[in-house]
Amino acid sequence: MSKFRKDNDREVPGISSGSLSDIVFMLLFFFMVTTQMRETENKVMVKLPEATEVVKLERKDLASYINIGPPTRTYQAQYGTDARIQLNDSFKTTTDIRDFIAAERDAMSEGDRQFMQVVIKGDQDVRMGIITDVKQELRRCSALKIMYQARKSE
Amino acid sequence: MGKKKTPAINSSSTADIAFLLLCYFLMTTTMGSQTGLSRRLPPMPEKDQKVEDTKVNRRNIIIVKINSADRLMAGGEPIDVTFLKEKIKEFLSNPYDDPNLPEKEIKPIEGFGSCPVSKGVISLQNDRGTSYRAYIEVQNELVKAINELRDEFAMKNFGKKFLQLPEDKQDIVKKAVPQNISEAEPKDVGKK
Repeated sequence: MSKFRKDNDREVPGISSGSLSDIVFMLLFFFMVTTQMRETENKVMVKLPEATEVVKLERKDLASYINIGPPTRTYQAQYGTDARIQLNDSFKTTTDIRDFIAAERDAMSEGDRQFMQVVIKGDQDVRMGIITDVKQELRRCSALKIMYQARKSE
Repeated sequence: MGKKKTPAINSSSTADIAFLLLCYFLMTTTMGSQTGLSRRLPPMPEKDQKVEDTKVNRRNIIIVKINSADRLMAGGEPIDVTFLKEKIKEFLSNPYDDPNLPEKEIKPIEGFGSCPVSKGVISLQNDRGTSYRAYIEVQNELVKAINELRDEFAMKNFGKKFLQLPEDKQDIVKKAVPQNISEAEPKDVGKK
């Protein structure tokens, strides 16, 4: 019966954890490549409206953002709860849009300027008045390609 | 001296370091692309240019108005937003050649041949008090109507849906079913 001898002395070899770091590094690189830092602080609360027929923003590097919505809680004491326009990092008025568009245009390369797109990030409860003002100002600056940002709803 | 071996650096903590970095990037990352409704604004008229009466025939234009209470009016009658799509589709396709609906023009399209193209224009007007949500909802319905017409056209002629066509065919469909949405000059639409 030596065939069925129990060999208790044999040990299960430990799993090598040497490749663990490689796996983690792979994940790390994936997230490092796909990540994009938020470069501006949100000073207005934007809850995007929903739409079903949305299209993707093609070139993120050619987009400039105009945020419109009520100021966040920390700024409400200073600016009230009425909808405001945020460009880059501060509250602005419609008259500042011209300079903003000019600055964004300058930052682009010559060939890309015609493809510039302005993304309007409007809160869903904002009134159209302020958005119409923004649109008129954009027309005056001949920044005609715009996109109303919206969430895809199913 | 010199006989002592340098001890191997324990590398088991590299995983921990990598995990920390990983967590950092996981927290700060914003995945998912941005989506929205793309539009092209009309250029601003020159200052010395008189606002001409655009020579658009009455039958070729449908006016969609949204008032400050987010109520909708299309083609002169109040309408619910859920019926808007059908109305726009009927307006643009004009299946029975109704004399009150837009006329069609036989246009040559490169790489396809001639086909009737509707001359219909949708004019979207809103009040300053309209909510952005209602505005986007209406814009969405308009795009949906046009997308469905494009799908129908693509199905009939190429046997595929619009989005599954190659780019050159998509251009043909776009020319056959144009997206003519005009966001008119701002004006106050009845405050009642």
